[in-house]
Amino acid sequence: MSGRVLVGVKRVIDYAVKIRVKPDNTGVVTDGVKHSMNPFCEIAVEEAVKLKEKKLIKEVVAVSCGPQQAQETIRTALAMGADRGIHVEVAGKDYETLGPLQVSKILAALAKKEDAQLIILGKQAIDDDCNQTGQMTAALLDWPQGTFASEVSLEGDKVKVVREIDGGLETIKINTPAVVTADLRLNTPRYATLPNIMKAKKKKIANVKPADLGVDLTSRLEVLRVDEPPQRQAGMKGSTELSRRDS
Amino acid sequence: MNVNRFIVLSKSIQIGKRLLACHVRHAGKEVPHFQQQRSIKTNSRNLAYAKDLFLGQVNKAEVFPFPEIGNEEVEEINQLVAPVEKFFNEEVDSARIDREAKIPPETLNGLKELGLFGIMIPEEYGGLGLSNTMYARLAEIISLDGSIAVTLAAHQAIGLKGILIAGNEAQKQKYLPKLASGEHIAAFCLTEPGSGSDAASIQTRATLSEDGKHYLINGSKIWISNGGMADIMTVFARTEVIEDGVKKDKISAFIVERAFGGITSGKPEDKLGIRGSNTCEVSFDNVPVPLENVIGEIGGGFKIAMNILNSGRFSMGSSSAGMIKKLIEMTSEYAATRKQFNKSLSEFGMIQEKFALMALNAFVMESMAYLTAGMMDRPGLPDCSIEAAMVKVFSSEGGWICVSEALQVLGGLGYTKNYPYERYVRDCRILPIFEGTNEILRMYIALTGMQYAGKVLTGKIKEMKKGNIGLVLGMAGKKLRTTFGGSVDLGLTGKDGVVHPSLAESTKKLEQNVSFFGSTVESLLYRYGKTIVDEQLILKRVADVLINLYAMTAVLSRASRSISIGLRNHDHEVLLANTFCGDAFFKNNYMMTQLQKYSPENNDANIKKIARAVLENRAYICSHPLERTY
Repeated sequence: MSGRVLVGVKRVIDYAVKIRVKPDNTGVVTDGVKHSMNPFCEIAVEEAVKLKEKKLIKEVVAVSCGPQQAQETIRTALAMGADRGIHVEVAGKDYETLGPLQVSKILAALAKKEDAQLIILGKQAIDDDCNQTGQMTAALLDWPQGTFASEVSLEGDKVKVVREIDGGLETIKINTPAVVTADLRLNTPRYATLPNIMKAKKKKIANVKPADLGVDLTSRLEVLRVDEPPQRQAGMKGSTELSRRDS
Repeated sequence: MNVNRFIVLSKSIQIGKRLLACHVRHAGKEVPHFQQQRSIKTNSRNLAYAKDLFLGQVNKAEVFPFPEIGNEEVEEINQLVAPVEKFFNEEVDSARIDREAKIPPETLNGLKELGLFGIMIPEEYGGLGLSNTMYARLAEIISLDGSIAVTLAAHQAIGLKGILIAGNEAQKQKYLPKLASGEHIAAFCLTEPGSGSDAASIQTRATLSEDGKHYLINGSKIWISNGGMADIMTVFARTEVIEDGVKKDKISAFIVERAFGGITSGKPEDKLGIRGSNTCEVSFDNVPVPLENVIGEIGGGFKIAMNILNSGRFSMGSSSAGMIKKLIEMTSEYAATRKQFNKSLSEFGMIQEKFALMALNAFVMESMAYLTAGMMDRPGLPDCSIEAAMVKVFSSEGGWICVSEALQVLGGLGYTKNYPYERYVRDCRILPIFEGTNEILRMYIALTGMQYAGKVLTGKIKEMKKGNIGLVLGMAGKKLRTTFGGSVDLGLTGKDGVVHPSLAESTKKLEQNVSFFGSTVESLLYRYGKTIVDEQLILKRVADVLINLYAMTAVLSRASRSISIGLRNHDHEVLLANTFCGDAFFKNNYMMTQLQKYSPENNDANIKKIARAVLENRAYICSHPLERTY
C-alpha cells in the first residue's frame, strides 16, 4: 500500500461571518469577506495527520480546487501537518460553476495519479451544504465509502468506520482504497501554531490544471436566483391551559 | 535677531540632562557642520522623521510613500493572524481571567504552543523572527484580552529585549531558546519604590563579590509585570565604575535567573484592570550574578533600559486600534437594534458622533503605528524613539476616550459586569501610566526635538558668522515670508507632490502648521534658552502639536497610498484623513497661538498660581459658598 492519504480542503466564507446576498441576487457577497478552511475539512486534515503520527500512513497530501487564494487554505493544511499540497487551478466562470461533480472528477483523477490509499474529505461544505463530493468520488473510482465518520481506524488493509446515522451509530468495515468523509465528532482539529506555519512555508504546493487531469468542468446546473431566507416572524404565545392538559 | 545671544544660549542648552543623558552622545565636541548632519553619525543618533518638524521642514522621503511590505509578507501575516484570532475567540475567557485575576494554565500553554512567546526572537534561537510590522499586526489581536497582552509584552517587548538587542552571542544562545518557547518567562526589573519616572535614581546595588567572579545584587523592585512567575529577569542596578580615574556610580543591566537564589516575589497586586497579569514586588537579597551575565558594558545599563523601552512602545498604536475596531463592531450592533423615541440609537447625532470618533481614532492609531513600524524596519536601524513615544501618547489617551464613549453608547448596560465594556475601561486605564507616563513622554518628545533644533540653529548662526551671505539672505527671506503671511509650500503638493490631489487641501494645512511650528520653536528657544526645561506647560503644548503633526502626516501618507493603489473603501479613508486634519489644524493653531509671546490665550500663569495655592495648603482653599462674614 502506498500509505498516501489525499485530503480535500475547501476555502469557504468563515463560519462567523454574517452572510449578505448580492444586490443582483446572483450570489452572496464574497469580496473583502473573511474566508477560512471549511470546518469539516479541518477535521479531515486533523484525522489524516493523526494517522500519520500513529505511523499508520506515510504521507498526507492536501488538495484544493479554486483560484489563487485556495493556496492559503492549502498552507493552513500544511501548517497542521500535511506534507505537501496540490492546487488545482480553477478560476473565473469555471470557479463559479464548480460543484461536487466537477470536484469529485478531479479528486478521482488525482487519486489515481497519486496512487492514494485513502481519501478523507469533510462530510459537507458550510457554504453549499451539498454533502455529495465524497460519495461521488467513491462512485467514480468504484471505491467503498465510509461517510459521516465519527471514528476511523485502520486495520491492516481494511478501514473500520463508525458512522453517525439517524438511528444511532453504524460500524462498517471497508476495503482500502476507500473514501471517508469526516463528521463533527471525529476529532478536535489542532491550532496551526505560528512556528508550524513558518515551517510550512518550506513545504511544496504543486500547481495543476483540470485539463492536465483530463477533467471536463462543464456544469449541468445553473443558478437562477439567490435570496435571503424569509425574516423570522414573532412566535405566538400559547395558552397555559393547553400545555397543562398535554403534560 | 540677536545673533550673539543666540549662540550663547544654544551652546549652553544642556537640556534635561537627567532625562536625556542616555540619548545624547555628548555634543561637547564641535557643533557639526550642519549640512553634513545626516551622513556623520558622530553626534546625535540617526533620528528619523520628527526632528525636522522642529525646524519647520518635512522630510518627505522618510514618510512618503507609506511603508509597504512585500506580497509574500502580506500572505504570511494573514496566515499567522488566522490561528491567533481563532484562539482568542474560542479559547480565551476574558471575563474569567478578570474575575479570577489570573490566566488559566491551559490558556497560557495554548499561547506558548502558538509561538506567541517568541515573536521577535530570531528563528535560529527558536523564535518566529518576525519584523516590527508583523509584531504590530499580531498585537492587534492579542490586545483583545488586556491581561494576556500585558503578560506577553512584559515578557518579550521588555523582559527579554535586553538580551536581544544588547546581549552577546553566548547569552543569546543560553537564554533565548527557552524564552522563545515560553518554558521560561521573562520580566523587566527597573522601577523601585523611590524611582518610577525618575529611573536614573534607582538604588538597587550590585557589588563585586570577594572572589571577583560574581556581582551581588541587593534591593527591591516594584510593579514588576510577570514578577511572580518570571524565571529570567533583566535587572538594573547601580555599580561602581572608574571613569577617568574617578569613582562613579552608574547603572548596569544584568540577566538574573530566579535559580540563582535570594529572589523573593511579593504577593500579586490587586489591580483595577489587567487583573490577569501578575504584578508584584521583587526583592533581591545578595543574589549572586556571574560576570558573564552583564548585558553590554558595566555602566551602560541606563542606555540599554531606554533603548528597550523605546523599541516596544509603537505597538500600543496597533493594539489600541485593534481594540477600538472590536468595540465598534460590538457597539454598533447595539446601536442599530436598540430603539428609543421610536428611532434606533444609530439615527441620533450624538451617538453617530461617538462612532465617528472611534473610527477616526482607530484610523489615526493604525496609520501612526504602521508608519512607525515601517520606519523601524528600514535598514540602518533609524532611531524612531520620538515617533514611538508619540504613538504611545496618542493611542493611550485616544483609547481611553474611545472605551469610555463605547460604554456610554450602551448606557446602563455598559456599566454592568454582564457586558465587557467596563472591563475594557478598567484595562485601558493603565495605558497612559505604564511604559513611560504620558507626562514624561511629552517632555521627552518636546525636549529631544528642541535640542536638535537648537543645535541646528546654532550651526546656522556659526555659518553666518563665518560670512556665508547666502545663508543670511536665505534666513532673512524666510523670516520675512512667514511674517507677512505668504503661502507655505514645503513640496508635498503640486508638481512634485507626494500626496494625492484629493488630499491636497489637508496637506496644505499640514504644511502651514509645520511652518508655523518651526518658527514657534525658534522663538521659544530665543525666549527661554535652557530654562525651557522647567516650562512643562509650554513643552506639553509643543509635544501635543508635534503629535498632531505626526498623526496628520501618517493619515495623509496612508490615504494617499490607498487611493493610488485603489484599496477597497479608499474614499472613506480620504474622508477620515480630511476630517482629522481639519480638526487637528485648528487645534494646532490654537496651541501655537498660546505659545506666542504675551499671548492672551495663554492662561499658564494663572494655572500655576492656582496650583501653588492649592498645593501649599494641601486643600481646596475657597471659603464655602454658604459662609457668612457677619
